[in-house]
Amino acid sequence: MHHSYSLNHLKHLESEAIFVLRETAAQFENPAILFSGGKDSIVVVHLARKAFWPARMPFPLVHIDTGHNFEETIAFRDLMVEEIGARLIVGLVQDSIDAGRVIEESGVNASRNLLQTTTLLDTLEKHEFDSAVGGARRDEEKARAKERFFSHRDEFGQWDPKNQRPELWNLFNGRKASGEHFRVFPLSNWTEMDVWQYIRHEELKIPDIYFAHEREVVERNGVLLAVTEFLEVQASETVEQRLVRFRTVGDATCTGAIESGAGTLEAVISEVSAARMTERGTRTDDKRSETAMEDRKVEGYF
Amino acid sequence: MSQENEYFDMDLLRFTTAGSVDDGKSTLIGRLMFDTKTIFEDQLEAIEKSSRRRGDDNINLALLTDGLRAEREQGITIDVAYRYFATPKRKFIIADTPGHIQYTRNMVTGASTANLAILLVDARKGIIEQTCRHAFIATLLRIQHIVLCINKMDLVDYSEEVYERIVEDFKEFASRLDIADISFIPVSALCGDNVVEKSAKMPWYHGPALLYHLEHVYIGPDANHVDARLPVQWVIRPHSHEHHDFRGYAGRIAGGVFKPGDEVVVLPSGFTSKVKGIHTMDGDLDEAFYPMSVALTLEDEIDISRGDMIAKPHNLPHTGQDIDLMLCWFSEKQSLRQKGRYILRHTTREMKCLVREIYYKIDVNTLHKIDEGEVAIGLNDIGRVSLRTSRPLFYDTYRRNRVTGSVVLIDEFTNETVAAGMIR
Repeated sequence: MHHSYSLNHLKHLESEAIFVLRETAAQFENPAILFSGGKDSIVVVHLARKAFWPARMPFPLVHIDTGHNFEETIAFRDLMVEEIGARLIVGLVQDSIDAGRVIEESGVNASRNLLQTTTLLDTLEKHEFDSAVGGARRDEEKARAKERFFSHRDEFGQWDPKNQRPELWNLFNGRKASGEHFRVFPLSNWTEMDVWQYIRHEELKIPDIYFAHEREVVERNGVLLAVTEFLEVQASETVEQRLVRFRTVGDATCTGAIESGAGTLEAVISEVSAARMTERGTRTDDKRSETAMEDRKVEGYF
Repeated sequence: MSQENEYFDMDLLRFTTAGSVDDGKSTLIGRLMFDTKTIFEDQLEAIEKSSRRRGDDNINLALLTDGLRAEREQGITIDVAYRYFATPKRKFIIADTPGHIQYTRNMVTGASTANLAILLVDARKGIIEQTCRHAFIATLLRIQHIVLCINKMDLVDYSEEVYERIVEDFKEFASRLDIADISFIPVSALCGDNVVEKSAKMPWYHGPALLYHLEHVYIGPDANHVDARLPVQWVIRPHSHEHHDFRGYAGRIAGGVFKPGDEVVVLPSGFTSKVKGIHTMDGDLDEAFYPMSVALTLEDEIDISRGDMIAKPHNLPHTGQDIDLMLCWFSEKQSLRQKGRYILRHTTREMKCLVREIYYKIDVNTLHKIDEGEVAIGLNDIGRVSLRTSRPLFYDTYRRNRVTGSVVLIDEFTNETVAAGMIR
């Protein structure tokens, strides 16, 4: 009998992610999955279901809600939570603002993106989560290229990029002192294309805003921003109706759309494979400085 | 549909590149990523901008991989950077590590998951200490395929003689190492010769270009498909009406093949049973092998928990508490202590261990053993050590199986990972 005993690369990545998720359940007392409603966190949840099937996944979902959402994402989130019978915990940035924990940015490019960090850390602390699983990938951004699968955070929730634990083979060290926690990234080795191909292969549902639709937008610093109640349109800017879709799903004030006619998963995949810009190229939050992502991560960002 | 099929035919090759600032490593990686259309316009714009600000003449491709603020400020790679690119044949994961001796621990980390190592040699300088060190680390970590890229051929007039001399020098050195597969490729990363396309400037070279080699090198036999091993990671007990009696032993197959009906033995209890089924959410499987993550059910009810090992009765792992290993030390805050106590992590288990003896350390440049007087193993040192574990370990030699033959040591007070070990 001819036999190759080899796995294709997506099966390999799937198996690795399942291994990481099972390690998370085993090494931590109270883990949670950070769920944004975006495609990466949808894939993480799907993998977590696979890892513990036929039992339920031992993780609640935590959504840090800036209040500046695309409606479609929230509707999708609620439907998915109901379908898989997960427990959902929502941390509201508005609560952090009301409690005086953070001060809202002002000005044209005001965004609640940075404020999320405080709400995230407060939510983890309130529910005593000792690890939070996220969908970040190393191919997304240069600071993320240096992330570990098990990423240690000190008692202030901070990441120390120069003092990370070496990770060899598949031996993950999740030991920590009290008050410290971990971020876990099962999709570390996935690329944007891997995520899309996996979504197609597994026939996963994703929010409609990933597909082409007509929407009112303004162009600002080369990024197309959706006109929502949260965006202050400047006098110099013109609101236009365009056929767009989103490559990432985040806070509505800093996530840009791209012009696209891709209405199906197949079309999106063709578009991604021909893309000449990284997906985070549409994020204004990364454009604030060369090390914007590293600086936010150090403070405890996703 | 065909697009999906092609994507699903791709397999995965992990390789490591070690090198220092001026040997052209970043240029080589940049070239591979450029020519496979992996570098995006906004990334290119961003590094063009930073290069200009730094006063570099050319686009400094190192800025692509050196992402951390400190790395960009100091112009060096500090950490392992993981990079990804794909061709229609394969997906590649590059573990890009700095080459200087003070980063030995990063090289070891990057090498631990690699199938192949690219060693870069400057054609003008030939085999130097660093080449030997990298080759030694690659073989120590059991990377089966080594590609020696003789770079900067454009600066030696694409001379066959220079190339042949370097190949001979390396072969002589490599005879002291146990390398399964070595290839030699003359390249110019800067000019693109023999990187993605075969160069017309070296008609005397009859081998493939680097990318072709990376796409076609056969990595199938690297994994162990002989010794069946499943370290139990988690016991799945749904307690649901539908799956009332389901008790699945979940884990990633570390070696060999499991099939329903196979006779198995569970360590440490020694109880035997048969595989009832191999389960995944996508349906039951006829067989499971490395590196699949599955859940096994057994015919008999046996008490099994995380850390136990499922194997086959006629092919058991070694069992013992005295472990002989090669250790690479990672901590800058402390050295390995004689009689020191550490936490040892092996497969899905954790236990205490005691350092019984430090036999020698290795001069990683000359491969000489240093065993005179009191041998201290500190940051970046590699040495041979014997440990006593608090409970019996179920292991294979690292040579035979990377998963069941590797350990890390953790400081019990600071929780930092202080060393990595390969069992002999």
